[in-house]
Amino acid sequence: MLTRENTVNLVLALLLLVAPLAANAFGQPFYVTLATRIAILALAALGLNLALGLGGLVSFGHAAFFGIGGYAAGILSSHALSYEPMIFGLPGTVQMPVIWIVAVVASGLVALAIGAISLRTSGVYFIMITLAFAQMVYYFAISWPAYGGEDGLSIMVRNQFPGANTMKPLSFFLVCYLVLLAGIGLFALIRASRFGAALQAARQNETRVATVGIHPYRIRLTGFVISAMITALAGALYADLNRFVSPSMLSWHMSGELIVLIILGGTGRLFGPLAGAALYVAFEFALGGLTERWQFFLGLILLGVVLFARGGLLGLLAGKAKHG
Amino acid sequence: MLLDVQDITTYYGASQALFGVDLKMAEGEVVALMGRNGMGKSTTIKSICNLLAPKTGRITFGGKATERMAPYKVARLGVGLVPEGRRCFPNLSVHENLVAAARPGEWTLEKVNALFPRLEERHAQMAKSLSGGEQQMLAIGRALMTNPRLLILDEATEGLAPVIRQDIWRAIRQLKVEGLSILVVDKTLSELLPVADRCVILENGRSVWQGLSGEVSADVQDRYLGV
Repeated sequence: MLTRENTVNLVLALLLLVAPLAANAFGQPFYVTLATRIAILALAALGLNLALGLGGLVSFGHAAFFGIGGYAAGILSSHALSYEPMIFGLPGTVQMPVIWIVAVVASGLVALAIGAISLRTSGVYFIMITLAFAQMVYYFAISWPAYGGEDGLSIMVRNQFPGANTMKPLSFFLVCYLVLLAGIGLFALIRASRFGAALQAARQNETRVATVGIHPYRIRLTGFVISAMITALAGALYADLNRFVSPSMLSWHMSGELIVLIILGGTGRLFGPLAGAALYVAFEFALGGLTERWQFFLGLILLGVVLFARGGLLGLLAGKAKHG
Repeated sequence: MLLDVQDITTYYGASQALFGVDLKMAEGEVVALMGRNGMGKSTTIKSICNLLAPKTGRITFGGKATERMAPYKVARLGVGLVPEGRRCFPNLSVHENLVAAARPGEWTLEKVNALFPRLEERHAQMAKSLSGGEQQMLAIGRALMTNPRLLILDEATEGLAPVIRQDIWRAIRQLKVEGLSILVVDKTLSELLPVADRCVILENGRSVWQGLSGEVSADVQDRYLGV
């Protein structure tokens, strides 16, 4: 069904594909990297959007999962390149699919622990406790010299994906783009499922959800864990994009940035994270070229969105959300 | 015995609302819970669902004590509540409202849609955009999707247009024919009494009269239900 929102979504998806293809054809790899950054940030925000947009869980700690994904890529590849086994004598790897699985499983387990405790609170307490957990992970990374501590960890050669030369910007972009599309597909499936309906219902009214036999805690915990896993996958890609992972991926600025992306794009909207990430990276690039204080202007724009366009960019382009 | 409420007392904070309510229901029975405004009907229902835990007394449902159970567990035992004021999930579509509640059993989306064809026509619409009557149908449909052993209707026809009320009463009668146990709170005695097998009347937080619905004489109505 080609509704207005679907049309906007389709245009966004095509733009993100066509722009780097064109840039590559004109010999401008920088713009390909910019598009890759958009795709990866969109995926990270997409993960958060599941918890925040559908479940109403304002997690201020998703940088922890983003960073865990990044460190999974960094640690596994550094062991593979140095031929030093990790704990239990397991070898490292430079294969992205394996790295992704490790990133997703590790962050899922951490999210299960963080979520199990955090979800006993709500509102502002939930925001603060997720922030506190993320800061714990952040300081742990800083004080862990084996993997670079504060200086971070370089990934000498970008990890590999079967059938693609990931050192070529366009190939790596296409890998990220396909993962983003898969993530969007998964989000759409979840939103349309019984679980997705229950997650949204729990956001709207906890008592009513209980009277139809749904345990809001369990539904939210599941949503939180899936959300963290998607964000971690984006983190692994992000580390590969920069060929570098550092505690800054785990910092609370990162958590805030992900929330900003969602608000810019449209909370709970399927393509909101992509719209938000595109807008954010475009601002960063355009305003960042003009002034060092581009974030001040981003702040003004964010203020404008919150005051006058609460549906974000998608709200402006595609009208009010069917889901809200 | 499906539901057995024994001498419960329930409080809202410090203020006592129920002073001893007894209510028994057998499987397949339709019971009307009656009384003037503020006599404790809704509080009794909240206590049964354990949304408001009784302080003393016992409630068993299907032989299991429910006074210490989380509300979602009570619902899973088979208590389906249609709360007062038709509280749907406003920002979910009709379809999502129904699917979110679904648990396996005889009641499926098809069966609910057959009972309320209007819901099928409006399946993609947001619940908050429905008319009052349609929201009520949705609230009943949602409760049925949980495949309850007991359906509780709290003022299900209040504030609805007469034509819509007829639709709701027709649905309630059909559910009774299918053998569902129903606990009904409603002010329209002319519709309620023919459907109900038995009546329980509350006054000042106590169950003061119980009997077959045929025994609710003009005298009883005057004494307990008149304004």
